[in-house]
Amino acid sequence: MSGDYLSLLLLFGVSIVNAIGMVVASHILNPRRDTPQKLMPYESGMIPLGTTRARFSVKFYMVAISFIVFDLETIFLIPWAVQMRELGWSAFLAMTMFVIVLAVGLLYEWKKGGLEWD
Amino acid sequence: MEFQPISGIWAIVAMSLKVTGMFTVLMLVVAYTTLAERRVSAWIQDRHGPNRVGPFGLLQPIADGLKSLLKEETVPATASRVFFVLAPMLVLAPALVTFAVIPFAAPLPTPAGVVDMIVADIPIGILYVLAFSSLAVYGVVLGGWASNNKYAFLGALRASAQMVSYEVALGLSLITVLMLAGNVTLTEIVWQQQQLGMWFAFPLSLAFILFVISAFAETNRLPFDMAEAESELITGYHTEYSAMKFSAFMIGEFGHMVTASALMATLFLGGWDLPGTWDNAFWYDGQLIKGFAADGTVVLASPALWKTLATFGGFAAKTGFFLLLFIWIRWTLPRFRYDQVMALGWKVMLPTALAYVMLIGGSILVLDEVGVPWGFSYGAALTAVSTVATVGFVFFLDRGRTITGAAAQYAQKVEVKTISQPASAGD
Repeated sequence: MSGDYLSLLLLFGVSIVNAIGMVVASHILNPRRDTPQKLMPYESGMIPLGTTRARFSVKFYMVAISFIVFDLETIFLIPWAVQMRELGWSAFLAMTMFVIVLAVGLLYEWKKGGLEWD
Repeated sequence: MEFQPISGIWAIVAMSLKVTGMFTVLMLVVAYTTLAERRVSAWIQDRHGPNRVGPFGLLQPIADGLKSLLKEETVPATASRVFFVLAPMLVLAPALVTFAVIPFAAPLPTPAGVVDMIVADIPIGILYVLAFSSLAVYGVVLGGWASNNKYAFLGALRASAQMVSYEVALGLSLITVLMLAGNVTLTEIVWQQQQLGMWFAFPLSLAFILFVISAFAETNRLPFDMAEAESELITGYHTEYSAMKFSAFMIGEFGHMVTASALMATLFLGGWDLPGTWDNAFWYDGQLIKGFAADGTVVLASPALWKTLATFGGFAAKTGFFLLLFIWIRWTLPRFRYDQVMALGWKVMLPTALAYVMLIGGSILVLDEVGVPWGFSYGAALTAVSTVATVGFVFFLDRGRTITGAAAQYAQKVEVKTISQPASAGD
């Protein structure tokens, strides 16, 4: 098993060197003739208006929070899923309770409009 | 004849060969998938596609690579330079290491011992895949934010929200596979499919459908390519990237596509397994076994070079099928609206996956209780349950209720008002 982690380490090395190498090689090889127009952020050929670091919709924040809740749920389900056949009905019942609580949470968020994009 | 795993100096040689070989093949497959995408797109649209560089355009990916290496690249004056340069590397590096835990052929016997056809058979298996495939979000968000461009920023926001939304459904549809396999390593998942006598696509058909849909959303492919909706956001988070940095994003995206295809093939279509039991092989108590006899004793496997080659061919064919599906769907389905994408993820995929996990969990426990032996009849019973669930999902769940088309929504909202003309509106 330790040999397998060694090969993973080797693969990480190859992959990282490859990623850095590609970007650096192109940086060395390519021509650079910058002009102020070229260095302007692209906004369909217009001169950029306003700032990019503006506020954005709170909906994205809602999605992030919901993601944390339900992804954590998935992580909790994985150890049970692997051992499910050995653990039997009592563990199944406990997990059903857990899933129902989260399903009610999802339903609440849905009814409160947390999943709407209008 | 007793087979032993490879050890000593030859194990290190085999390891190095597997790592470099896998990396090279993956890069080549990615390069030729870009060509295949252009050729198949052209074929579907009844035009020629790139066919000038080499025979049938086969040298086109190499020409593309050289071109992107030698083209001028710009870094916007307002960009955050460090993160701007870091982002493509953050997308590229994890995309090419995820493949390491996927077994790609039956074990290969050599004079020095048996070599497993997998780069790293680590005990965390599928968790490693989940961890590294979700690292892609960082590169996308960082790239979009560091560009300091409004289109790039909006693209990155959309992409990240979409990717995290579908990751939930992806993880939940995986749960059923873990229930049935009882382990997270992909070698054991392949082995359990061989033992069950059928690929998991049948007993877990609804999970298969959910997983494929989530994989499309995770890789930002049409019909979910909200991150780079050309008609709205130029090209989304990599609007400001040019030359090799742009190529790095593209290679990362296609690398994820190839890995997702291989993963779907492994989890649901038996991986390298071919029909029949002649190719089955698994390490059990230090012995390479083919299966168990009726009295519980092990039957030893007989690995051979031709079996390894045949199973590798099978694996390549299954992965290729999914890659073709990715390209095919792109020219079949139109793009969703963003609110439809999010509604599908949270209101359809997530509740369905949750209910399906509990349904399959209950069914497995009932089957164990009744005492059905692990084998074809077990799989057939689960197939029946899943087919009912799938038919329900397809025909009853979403009849214009959750994800409504633009036309239907308009029809609900519109109110016909007649403007009554005031009688004395003269001037």
